[in-house]
Amino acid sequence: MSEKQIGIAAWGTYVPATRLPFALIGGHAPKDGGPERSVAAYDEDAITMAVEAARRALANHAVHASKSGEVSTSLYFASTTNPYAEKLGAAVIAKALDLPRTTRTADFGGSLRCGTTALLAAVDAVAAGSVERAVVVAADCRLAPPRSALERNFGDAAVAFVVTGAGASAILDAQTSINNEMLDVWRTADDRFVRSWEDRFVTQHGYGDTVPEVVAQLLDGASVDVASIAHVALYAPDARSHASMAAQVGVSADNLVDPLFGRVGNCGAAFAPLLLAAGLEAAAAGERVASVSYGDGADATVWTVTKSAAVAPNLQEQLSNRRAVRSYDSYLASRRLVETGVDSRAGTGIAATTHWRDRDEDISFRGERCRRCGTYHFPAQRVCYGCAAKDDFESVALSHRSGKLLSYTFDNFFPTPEPPLVAGMVEINGGCRVYLQLCDVDPKQVRCDLPLRFVFRKIHEAGAKPNYFWKAQPTQSE
Amino acid sequence: MSNDNIRDKTAIVGVGCSHFGENWDKAPEDMIVEAAYEAYADAGIDDPQTQIEAVFCGSVYPSRGTGEVAESLKLFGKPVSLVQNYCASGTDAFRFGVFAVAAGMYETVLVVGFDKPKDRGVSGPSVFLTGVRDLPATPAGWFSLCAARYFDKYGAGREDLAKIAVKNHHNGTLAPKSMLKREISIDDVLSARIISWPFGLYDCAAQSDGAAAVVLTRADCARRFRDDPVLVKAVGIAMAPNPQTDPTFDFLRWKPTVYAAEQVYAQAGITDPFKEIDVAQLHDCFTMTELLTYEDIGLCEKGAAKEHIASGTFALDGELPVNTDGGLKTFGHPTGATGVRMLYENTLQLQNRAGPRQVPNATTALSHNIGGAPQVCGMAILSTN
Repeated sequence: MSEKQIGIAAWGTYVPATRLPFALIGGHAPKDGGPERSVAAYDEDAITMAVEAARRALANHAVHASKSGEVSTSLYFASTTNPYAEKLGAAVIAKALDLPRTTRTADFGGSLRCGTTALLAAVDAVAAGSVERAVVVAADCRLAPPRSALERNFGDAAVAFVVTGAGASAILDAQTSINNEMLDVWRTADDRFVRSWEDRFVTQHGYGDTVPEVVAQLLDGASVDVASIAHVALYAPDARSHASMAAQVGVSADNLVDPLFGRVGNCGAAFAPLLLAAGLEAAAAGERVASVSYGDGADATVWTVTKSAAVAPNLQEQLSNRRAVRSYDSYLASRRLVETGVDSRAGTGIAATTHWRDRDEDISFRGERCRRCGTYHFPAQRVCYGCAAKDDFESVALSHRSGKLLSYTFDNFFPTPEPPLVAGMVEINGGCRVYLQLCDVDPKQVRCDLPLRFVFRKIHEAGAKPNYFWKAQPTQSE
Repeated sequence: MSNDNIRDKTAIVGVGCSHFGENWDKAPEDMIVEAAYEAYADAGIDDPQTQIEAVFCGSVYPSRGTGEVAESLKLFGKPVSLVQNYCASGTDAFRFGVFAVAAGMYETVLVVGFDKPKDRGVSGPSVFLTGVRDLPATPAGWFSLCAARYFDKYGAGREDLAKIAVKNHHNGTLAPKSMLKREISIDDVLSARIISWPFGLYDCAAQSDGAAAVVLTRADCARRFRDDPVLVKAVGIAMAPNPQTDPTFDFLRWKPTVYAAEQVYAQAGITDPFKEIDVAQLHDCFTMTELLTYEDIGLCEKGAAKEHIASGTFALDGELPVNTDGGLKTFGHPTGATGVRMLYENTLQLQNRAGPRQVPNATTALSHNIGGAPQVCGMAILSTN
């Protein structure tokens, strides 16, 4: 470990608002406070959730950042459910975040531990001086067989950290890892669903052996007593093993970060990092936060919080902003687990050349402004609508702006898992109009001038691949 | 530009129209032959291979294009051209015919509009996922975008639209070649399933197959064909910005219609359209499109359409009957055929041949198509004066 102080400057979490109450799976009406899990909406996947978490982390970082201008950046994307088996998820995410082309991008995957491994790699990159900051984003959206125990156990979420040297909100005190080869949870390239061996074997010899070992290593390396760690973010495959492991390694209930089983669920590669963010959010200045992950081994870290951690309401707000899926069938349809009349993946899809030409607009959500008359365009034009000037425009970033709904329709004709599809003309504050779909919206709240923000979503899957674009989301529930 | 240069230079001397509908048993060629041979007969043409000097076709999704027309009609050794301009393709093909004859290049030409959507295996328009922006790309979604703002500003609603559908369904029962011949009630319209709010099923034009044709000739030759030729006063096409990218659009009108109306009124010398026009065929792809067109072409003030709808101004027995044959609502909308089908209806009206739907003493008739997102409008004005 280098002498240089490395830490987390900011973080952002993203828990989709949609919840699958377990009662719905059995065909019962959901009860208030009953167990549930988070589920990505039909237009979300690991990449779109990662973008949202990273936007929040970067916005939180901007609040603290004293210097402006470009900083050298790495972007690491950790997920076991990157929609692309071959093609970099981090490349899409960096482009959606509008990060510079010099950004060093990499994907981490293959294990539920990859979120914390990416975080440690980010620490190493900053410690080595390769980059000034590293953005680590972990997201997972794992698929389990319908009505299986795994389906109830899993959750969908994303979390992002901005790792820096100077100006960190939490300083890394110690880190350690273990590699452990065993088949406990796996998915081959041909599998659609996660597989696992008998849970008692997994609990005893995978999780049960590895975690106490890594915790002991961590405490030893940091020369701290477990009782001195105010917030322990402990990964566990399920609620029962979480409770028993906490007791085994000597963490008191007061010091244990709520693992959110029955609310969010085991969100895979994002799980340990999400609990770390929850610990950081809850910690007061001077308190220690520890993170323990698991998956083909374990990673463990301990951090000291340097200043009041809560930058903006984040995880707690997302936990309370929730709504149930319409029905279990609509959840199944959103994951393509039931046959529908329309094959949303059919056709050759969009030409790769079109995707490539339109990348600034479609992925970075950039429009343009005429240098002569100030007229805004989306998409970019060669000749100005306002003054007919040719090729005299400046590019304008739109994704962080707010907007309002100019006019709208509820489309029942266009195929979507959750009709009607709400679409409309959006006037972006500061200028620029864009025709967009609305998401996460109750048709009853739609009206002219509805305030909106913009989110990165999967617009469709034609050509059997995700096709990303931006959608408009109401800025507050009305 | 001399706007009135085109006025009274050409005349329609023959019109024909296939049955519009789900013509499962007819190929495009069958419908083209039916429409063209009816127009030949109407014009007294018995040797089309000699008498027709050029053909202008309008079609949006032809299977082979000009070949469908030249081969089916056996018109060879002369120009056959195809115009594609969204839902105004038929009107634009007519425009090319008018200008070619007015230029003195040809004496007599044939204009054919046709389309055959019912070979596509879907009941509505196809859904294309060729882009990520501009979705959902459905015509109902595009044309509904004016509704929310217009309703907010002028206090109109779905009930006002419903009256347009009821009127057009009634008129369609009186047109032998219409697809839908069924009276409907306001309740039918309001309780139908929503396609794209505020459009329910009955607010939308049906999909149908069809073809229509007109024979055009020089005004000074027209009486060799018939003693009641119909003069072309004006024919115009105007593009406007796509409403989805237009930086300044107010979503209370359709700009293409406003622009095209300026063109054709200047060509025809019309200054008070409500007084000077006796009958109009307006592009009712959706009920709201017809409502906006009343205002956009100056038949009434902006925002006043709903009062005129309530008082029956545009009904068959009203002051200015609109869509006397039932419009797109009952004929359906085989895209390239629609504009030419409107010329067919207006010609019958001006020649006092429209039977039970005849508008008494009609001397000037207007037709209107709007298409795209929408971004194009075609209009034509015919007159016996």
